[in-house]
Amino acid sequence: MAGKVKWVTDIEKSVLINNFEKRGWIQAAENEDWNFYWMSIQTIRNVFSVETGYRLSDDQIVNHFPNHYELTRKDLMVKNIKRYRKELEKEGSPLAEKDENGKYIYLDFVPVTFMLPADYNLFVEEFRKNPSSTWIMKPCGKAQGKGIFLINKLSQIKKWSRDSKTSSFVSQSSSKEAYVISLYINNPLLIGGKKFDLRLYVLVSTYRPLRCYMYKLGFCRFCTVKYTPSTSELDNMFVHLTNVAIQKHGPVMNNDKHCFECYGYDIIIDDKLKPWLIEVNASPSLTSSTANDRILKYNLINDTLNIAVPNGEIPDCKWNKSPPKEALGSYEVLYDEEMAQSDGPDRDLRSRSGQSIGIKGNRARDSGKPVLTTWK
Amino acid sequence: MKEPLAYMRKAQGSWEKRILKSLNSMCTELSIPLARKRPISEQKELLNKWNEMGTDEPDLSLFRPVYAPKDFLEVLMNLRNPNYENGDQPSSRNHLGLIQVPLKVKDIPELKEYFGELGLNTGQLGIDDSAQVPPELFENEHLRIGQKVLTEQDSAAAQQYVRQGCPTALRAELWALILNISNQPEDILYYEQLKSNVIQHDLLVDSLIYKDVKLTASNDDYYFVFEDYLYQVLFCFSRDTSVLEHFTYSSATPPKSYIRGKLGMEEYAVFYPPSGVIPFHGFSMYVAPLCFLYHEPSKLYQIFREMYVRFFFRLHSISSHPSGIVSLCLLFETLLQTHLPQLFYHLREIGAQPLRISFKWMVRAFSGYLATDQLLLLWDRILGYNSLEILAVLAAAVFAFRAVNLMEVTSLAAAEAVLADLSTLKVMPLLQIFLFATVT
Repeated sequence: MAGKVKWVTDIEKSVLINNFEKRGWIQAAENEDWNFYWMSIQTIRNVFSVETGYRLSDDQIVNHFPNHYELTRKDLMVKNIKRYRKELEKEGSPLAEKDENGKYIYLDFVPVTFMLPADYNLFVEEFRKNPSSTWIMKPCGKAQGKGIFLINKLSQIKKWSRDSKTSSFVSQSSSKEAYVISLYINNPLLIGGKKFDLRLYVLVSTYRPLRCYMYKLGFCRFCTVKYTPSTSELDNMFVHLTNVAIQKHGPVMNNDKHCFECYGYDIIIDDKLKPWLIEVNASPSLTSSTANDRILKYNLINDTLNIAVPNGEIPDCKWNKSPPKEALGSYEVLYDEEMAQSDGPDRDLRSRSGQSIGIKGNRARDSGKPVLTTWK
Repeated sequence: MKEPLAYMRKAQGSWEKRILKSLNSMCTELSIPLARKRPISEQKELLNKWNEMGTDEPDLSLFRPVYAPKDFLEVLMNLRNPNYENGDQPSSRNHLGLIQVPLKVKDIPELKEYFGELGLNTGQLGIDDSAQVPPELFENEHLRIGQKVLTEQDSAAAQQYVRQGCPTALRAELWALILNISNQPEDILYYEQLKSNVIQHDLLVDSLIYKDVKLTASNDDYYFVFEDYLYQVLFCFSRDTSVLEHFTYSSATPPKSYIRGKLGMEEYAVFYPPSGVIPFHGFSMYVAPLCFLYHEPSKLYQIFREMYVRFFFRLHSISSHPSGIVSLCLLFETLLQTHLPQLFYHLREIGAQPLRISFKWMVRAFSGYLATDQLLLLWDRILGYNSLEILAVLAAAVFAFRAVNLMEVTSLAAAEAVLADLSTLKVMPLLQIFLFATVT
């Protein structure tokens, strides 16, 4: 059935719309027949929600997975990473190796984080090990970096100590007072005396089997001397109860053949050249501040669409999601579970570990040395 | 000895008059004083944002750079030795280039001897440290020797050593050793004193520096992040009277200005700016690459100042010195004319005199044109040989490298386009091939 792809979006950004138009796709409205919908986070929630959700047909593709927040909400991301580490440790994977101080050698890439008020006591224990350290508080219930602050004294978060002693179930209304608290990286690598972070892009076309791509290009964001809080969106969702007992769960991410997703990874490098994952964004900004920025984002969307909607034709969700090498553009395969499994003896290790991440080829404006961190 | 040739001194004097006239008329037009004491509130404000002056957005639209390299090239093209009679008969030794003064420059055999350590049988960083070469062959041993040189703090040995290139990890210290910069407490104090001079007085040249940084380094993919450092260095540099010392061996003379109302009265004469150096378009690019090596402002400052008074000043003053820009231009043109005569002739015929394109590379010592790692390898050799002649050799080598494409162009604009992007070039292989592997 030859026809033009009908697209909808609720994000009015030229890097998106120009890419749709250059493929000759036709703009449609949300309530009409559409094939491709580039949605904001709020909209995807409606599509997959129990009350307002609807089924997607086989010729419809959307740009988020139903439970992306497992990776992109700060508290859930940390929870899932902790879970992943414990699982690896339990099965004796060499990845989970620890040094003489009990720290993970390869898996210690997220700053220590706790949920407040639920993990308050655990936090205090950690805080007391290093009383001169600084911690950063980020509210779960607010958006765009509002309410972020630094603390270096327990007295500054007295109120969460009170809350933790009350009911162990956090009610809906007080979810707005829930925070994540992370160790603040106070020794970032500086270039030109400035702090910076790295933005890298990862595209997932399917979670089962896991197939993901890393964009070879990224960029650094430099700060002026004054500290500026992150402007990532923090989802306004109910905070779940912390389950200290780790049980073997099914896979975290729900796959859906109608979905793909392009994540923005925010990474800080410290002055020992160690990278730290700060957060993962499900809806990375498509605003451009410079011409180069616009070109990068335009090409990112272009390459993303080439992989997600092959040949620019009306999608069929039954396809095997295996684009030819030539269609990748500036993406390179990060992990392909199917290919990894067909590699025989290494099978167990790879299918469990999931990702081998290399940070390379980014336009980090340092003295030209790429920072490589891998774990297999 | 400033400058032995009278006609060179005269030309430099006229050029300086022009620059100063341009500066003064800008001053008058805009009604801005050459210098002004800042009110206390302004001083406080500046001190607060000393580390982020780049965030300031002063209105610079009315300021123009005092001159650009191409203006300077016009002056050099018109240089003539009144004692030299070219004759009406074109002879085979007639120079077809833009520079028409008879200075002695090295030919390729002399250059091969002079730059002996760049030969094919000697290990080089920039060639023999590439990923395909096992480090045991050269790199490891070279690194070990470098560390030894640093331990023994042997400045002469360091200068010899860097001819083969500096390992990245040792470069900052090796350069400091060669330039004799030790960043003692009194040096830091001196820098702080300059900083307080900046806080207290505003100079017109500050606006020129601002404009230059905004136009050049801020727009450069490699250097934009160092914008704030550039102000911290260049504002201080303009006020540093110790820079005046280099005028004893430079052909240039620092511009003089007079206290208001006392024009012509020597006891009221001051050098303006205090350093005697008026920045031109692209001046900040001399500092920018150094920011990759030094992040401590006073050390960065001293390294730059020393690099300027040893090398960079020769790139924008008229002299007969072998490392002076005039000699470099002549060296470039002679090399090209002698070894790529077809190319030279062709470019000349289509109105694309090669020097018109390469001049800006040499004036800036290639800063902003080469990738930074390559630039630093080039500057290693400037320090190692204590000479800027390598800039002319590299310029010729670049033309030789792109000769095939250049032979096909039919206009100056097209030739410029072929040579617009040097960011992918590897300087050491280019130099080696041109000097040692080309049949002459």
